[in-house]
Amino acid sequence: MAELIQLNSDVLVIGGGPAACWAALAAREAGRSVVMVDKGYVGTSGATAPSNTGTWFATTPERRARLVEERLKQAEGLADIRRMPRVIDTATQHLHVLAERGYRFPRDDDGDLYIANLRGPDYMRFMRMQVVRAGVTVRDHHPALELLVAGDIVAGAAGFARQLGQNWEARAGAVVIATGGCAFGSRILGATGLTGDGQLMAAELGASLSGMEFSNQYGIVPLHSSVNKGLPYFWASFYRTDGSPIDIPPGQRFPVLARESLEGPIYARLDQATGALPDALRRGQPNCFLPFDRAKIDPFNDIFPIALRSEGTVRGTGGLKRTDDDGSVGIAGLYVAGDALERQDIAGAATGGGGPNASWAIATGVWAGKGAAAFAARLGSRANDRTVRPTGQAGLRPAATVRDIDPARAVALVREELLPVDRNFFRSAPKLAASLALLDAAWAELRDHAHGTGAAAFRLREAAGLLASSRWAYRAAEMRAETRGMHRRLDAPASDPAQSRRLSVIGVDRPRLAFEPHTTEVAAS
Amino acid sequence: MIELLSENRCTACNVCVKACPANVFDTVPGSVPVIARQQDCQTCFLCELYCPVDALYVATDPEHVTGITEGAADEAGLFGSYARALGWRKGREGGADQDPTHRLRQVSLSTARPAESRSSKP
Ligand SMILES: Cc1cc2nc3c(=O)[nH]c(=O)nc-3n(C[C@H](O)[C@H](O)[C@H](O)COP(=O)(O)OP(=O)(O)OC[C@H]3O[C@@H](n4cnc5c(N)ncnc54)[C@H](O)[C@@H]3O)c2cc1C
Ligand code: SF4
Ligand code: SF4
Repeated sequence: MAELIQLNSDVLVIGGGPAACWAALAAREAGRSVVMVDKGYVGTSGATAPSNTGTWFATTPERRARLVEERLKQAEGLADIRRMPRVIDTATQHLHVLAERGYRFPRDDDGDLYIANLRGPDYMRFMRMQVVRAGVTVRDHHPALELLVAGDIVAGAAGFARQLGQNWEARAGAVVIATGGCAFGSRILGATGLTGDGQLMAAELGASLSGMEFSNQYGIVPLHSSVNKGLPYFWASFYRTDGSPIDIPPGQRFPVLARESLEGPIYARLDQATGALPDALRRGQPNCFLPFDRAKIDPFNDIFPIALRSEGTVRGTGGLKRTDDDGSVGIAGLYVAGDALERQDIAGAATGGGGPNASWAIATGVWAGKGAAAFAARLGSRANDRTVRPTGQAGLRPAATVRDIDPARAVALVREELLPVDRNFFRSAPKLAASLALLDAAWAELRDHAHGTGAAAFRLREAAGLLASSRWAYRAAEMRAETRGMHRRLDAPASDPAQSRRLSVIGVDRPRLAFEPHTTEVAAS
Repeated sequence: MIELLSENRCTACNVCVKACPANVFDTVPGSVPVIARQQDCQTCFLCELYCPVDALYVATDPEHVTGITEGAADEAGLFGSYARALGWRKGREGGADQDPTHRLRQVSLSTARPAESRSSKP
């Protein structure tokens, strides 16, 4: 085996999306040395880079109150009215920092900077430049596979440098996990690397997750494409194969389309976009038009086939449960940011897409970076002399005899069980139980027998992450015997006031679930 | 999925090898890179933007290879078409300041179909 790459810093940031970049910048600003390891390439990896993200910001208290109000209405009792304003304020402040540093926001018709939208490729390239300029050591194509601990304290991570064919070990005074959500193998923009690795690594150390039943947001894509961008469909009408229009009552778009898609093919046409809109759409959202232009479809005049594609927890809200605003998850030395965290605070049982998620990545990134920097500072310069031990289990340290386990089979199983509309959009106790039996068996096999090194370990750990998140999601969906937000149970179609509480899960191997005692939403006064 | 790496255009700068988040390409000593792990491609189109000479083409189907030929893509003006639409040139960013999205969101917020606007996620 080639030589081990040894990295050392005060703070180690795992991930390369917006949350990771903001965390790295905040830790540098606090005077700490920072190493950043990304599975892909910082600037192109993650859910933001290929997309455009709307932001959640407010420059006046009135607007902020309105934003909170709007989201509270959809959150179905699970959001946190105290935390929302803090997220909005911190994100707004840092959107202005972006502008000050030279990110080229457009101006609106009044000549004011328009900070409500970030163009993914430009934003993330800009963030890479900022991170490099700040003196962060960036290691691309360096996926983390497991955390290292000194006693009970997180003290680094280990992984594999894919393009160098070498293992790496990074020692640090504190670690930030910003590895994004879990897309369950769905082919949506930016999702390849989003396999729930950070959730698995943290859970292996005893961190809890919450809201994992809200892991089944679906988005519209032109059929046979990856482009799950929602904005153009604001101006869409929807049709069946015979050309008859699909009637969509207010707020019912997704359930209606999901049901129709089980009956037969569904279609859309952007026929409500008239006047100057088609041109503005085309120039403002060029990635939306790739599937149309490349298939020679005129979406404003032609009816085109669409599909619903799972967006997992990327636009769902489940993830690691914060125990404090600084992103700690109850494990010393570990801080979490962005989509790897649960986002019920800002979105409850509904999607955090459309602005809150992007702003959450900024705010929680900054907070986790600061939290990690403060922790590392307290440990001082000898932090990296500690004796450490690795903590990864499934895929790395089998519980029984080693056998040849194909990670591609596990990935295929996750896709089969988690992605179809009829399994995961419309849930029921029997369907969940049947899926869980298969997922549990695959998990047991991986845990007991899989052993990989190098590139094989990387693939096995991705499979383990996908399986772990799948099992948490379906266990939580089984436990929540009601319908709330995106979680729809055919066998329990009403919401149950007694379950107006968050549901958390702890444990990788034998997940244990519990409803949290109180709803955290405080009624708006 | 990524389908074409035009050997005619490619200067073997290996930027795509570095910038592809899914590690799809491999360098080849003394030659242009290869598409080594096509099935890992996440159909994000970003390699097209980063290629300084518009030598890459990503078809929109994320599951199946369409088999489009270089000639057909060339004829249809597809090489570099995404970069041109955004305002990126020679692998460098540009055009974000010209983004007219504020006009879109203005309309989508002001034409007040409240319940629907909620489910329309930008
Ligand atoms: C098409 C689309 C449109 C969207 N539009 C909006 C919108 O309009 N408004 C909004 O608020 N939100 C939107 N979102 C959601 C938003 O993009 C995400 O909330 C945001 O990207 C989260 O940032 P993040 O840094 O937490 O995760 P990501 O950006 O997903 O980044 C995760 C990073 O972790 C890395 N990683 C993963 N595993 C490992 C590992 N083991 N080791 C090292 N690195 C690892 C990945 O390579 C990646 O760099 C959209 C998402 C999509 C897909
Ligand atoms: S980025 Fe373009 S020019 Fe450079 S190696 Fe890749 S295909 Fe060739
Ligand atoms: S489309 Fe994205 S994932 Fe596919 S080769 Fe290009 S950069 Fe890589």
